[in-house]
Amino acid sequence: MRSFYFDYNATTPVAKEVLEVFRQALTDGFGNASSIHHLGQAAKQGLETARRQVCALIGCNAKELVFGSGGTEADNHALFGAVAGKDKAHIIVSAIEHPAVLAAASELKRRGHEISIVPVSSEGLVDPGDVQQAIRSNTALVSVMHVNNEIGTIQPIEEIAEIAHRAGALMHSDGVQAVGRMPVNVGDLGVDLYSMSAHKMRGPKGVGALFVRKTVSPESLLFGGRHEAGRRAGTENTPGITAMGHAAHLARTQLTSDMERIASLRDRLEQGILDRVPDVTVNGSRSARVSNTTNLCFEGIEGESLVIALDLKGFCVSSGSACSSGAVEPSHVLLALGLPKQRAKSSVRFSLGYGNSAEQVDELIVAVEEAATHLRRLSPTYIAHV
Amino acid sequence: MSENLLAVAMSGGVDSSVVAAMMSRSGRKVAGFTMQLWNQRRLPELQTEQSTGRCCSLDDVYDARAIAQHLGIPYYVVNFEQRFEEQVVRPFIQEYLAGRTPVPCTLCNNHVKFDQFLDMAAGIGADEIATGHYARIDRNELTGRYELKRGADPGKDQTYFLFGLTQEQLSRTKFPLGHLLKPQVRELAHEYGLTVATKNDSQEICFVPNGDYAAFIDSYFREQGIEPATTRGPITDKEGKVLGEHMGVHQFTVGQRKGLGIAQPEPLYVIATEPATQTVIVGQGDDLLRSSFYANSVNWISIEGLTEPIRAQVKIRNKHIAADATLVPAGATHRAEVIFDAPQRAITPGQAAVFYQGHVVVGGGWIE
Repeated sequence: MRSFYFDYNATTPVAKEVLEVFRQALTDGFGNASSIHHLGQAAKQGLETARRQVCALIGCNAKELVFGSGGTEADNHALFGAVAGKDKAHIIVSAIEHPAVLAAASELKRRGHEISIVPVSSEGLVDPGDVQQAIRSNTALVSVMHVNNEIGTIQPIEEIAEIAHRAGALMHSDGVQAVGRMPVNVGDLGVDLYSMSAHKMRGPKGVGALFVRKTVSPESLLFGGRHEAGRRAGTENTPGITAMGHAAHLARTQLTSDMERIASLRDRLEQGILDRVPDVTVNGSRSARVSNTTNLCFEGIEGESLVIALDLKGFCVSSGSACSSGAVEPSHVLLALGLPKQRAKSSVRFSLGYGNSAEQVDELIVAVEEAATHLRRLSPTYIAHV
Repeated sequence: MSENLLAVAMSGGVDSSVVAAMMSRSGRKVAGFTMQLWNQRRLPELQTEQSTGRCCSLDDVYDARAIAQHLGIPYYVVNFEQRFEEQVVRPFIQEYLAGRTPVPCTLCNNHVKFDQFLDMAAGIGADEIATGHYARIDRNELTGRYELKRGADPGKDQTYFLFGLTQEQLSRTKFPLGHLLKPQVRELAHEYGLTVATKNDSQEICFVPNGDYAAFIDSYFREQGIEPATTRGPITDKEGKVLGEHMGVHQFTVGQRKGLGIAQPEPLYVIATEPATQTVIVGQGDDLLRSSFYANSVNWISIEGLTEPIRAQVKIRNKHIAADATLVPAGATHRAEVIFDAPQRAITPGQAAVFYQGHVVVGGGWIE
């Protein structure tokens, strides 16, 4: 069956050149980066090249990057690391964070720390004023994601970071959906900690990184060897890390042209669906939004059914968040925007990437129109608005 | 739209796995679905070691997914938890508290499996569904009606739980196991190389661990933050003489003998519960015998409606052997009086009464 992929926010296919780097690090370049001999040194060199490549993408110093297993580890490292040694620290997170942040925060709460969850507007944006309000004397960390994975909204990180710093707190941002999709400069953002994942930008799964400003030293999550300057124990995943480095290099050198092209495809898709399918609305801000994502609410339709109908036609899109069985639960992000449960369940995310073409987009528009029309004909709740 | 797609409901058990295999091997375009009905992580205090293998558990999803992969068919888990809770779990609890004994499997068939699932399937382009129920569907050319018939395996027949199916639902449903015996199904599972061939049959009510519905109701209330209204009250005999006390009417069902906590020379049975006064009335075995009752919300299957008295065999609970009776119209289209030839034991309000003529299901309703 033909297969058209519109779920780049879930994961991306590895770029060919990246795969070559990955393969090389598993074969000829297999050495342990901690070894003294020349194979170890070669591996170490690959590791440091990758570090420079990732740092170049986000504008940080090579000493400020800790490689790990992915976005979840980076988020956990930031949250747990920031409160380490504190008795009763206060952390502020937003309501639309990824579970990697929300679940880590709730675990910290269980361990006796204090958590504040700031709301978002119906546009899916955090109001820095709400963060200001939430600040307490013991606030240790503010964590607000840079780009939301479900609706693509870009949060005002600079302003929030200023508020955090004025209060003497650290600023963390989960940048998993931002890096490689928009220009990122951690200096401009003013963040102290910033999470990244390789597989969202044509790198492999199982590798990511945390930017740690040099004035900050969050406690390590793992105990073992003194890898990553003592900040992350465990033999470095050199195939993953070098591949992530190369993916970062690709993102940096091609970002502008890629993003313009993908943005125009996203707009073509969004407008095409809005023009041809009635009673569809865009969830979240359309202006403060990353260029590859659109999240649409199809009134009277179960998002889950639309996803399945499209899958049976070969199109991969996504709805809500999958629970452990694989069933879809209403998105906490859309609920946080104030959508009623039913509208949250009627929403579908389309996220585009490097592999998409205008032809694919046009075929998807037709498929969505067909599936939505059919589903609505049978829907007990849908009444067309004339 | 995908032409002629058949949606198979897959629970991860032997029966529905064989259905998926039979249908996909027959050359039909098939997709498998597991309905997520109840989150087993809820009500953790009810969890026991045995409770992991129950309906909607991750193990079942794992098995169903593995079968679908083995067969090379698309597979999806669909979330019907909200509908299940609204249409099955809550009515189940309400019925118990009202002193009746509900049949959740029928509610689930009526409101989830043959309603929401059928709708979902149609929505994604599957005009028909197939399930692993032991029952048969045939179109009667004379009457033009779809008929529901008992499954060929008398020990497995599930028509008692399927009496609510409408003509529309029957026209779009396939029961490929209806003409098979369970051992044949297991044999087929082996032939198709299905890993679940030796898996145990599911038994109890899927969302109630160990069949302890009273404990389930208590912990559901706790979860919802509802103070369970105390339904404690007296246990009396037929004449109203108080013999003891009970902790809640929902813990009793007509015909029940255990758990009364009253010492009497003759064994005592619950012969009625009166929720209004929270009274449990007990008596001797013979007091349970009754000859007639009214059924409401009757769904007629082989006939359009009841216009005059007809003869039928009527089953008043799943394990009951259908007994000869006369069905008499009782005013409304969906109400009938059932008059047995011989008195029957423990005719229980809230249970389903299903009417048969031989193998054919005439219809069924709820005991008033």
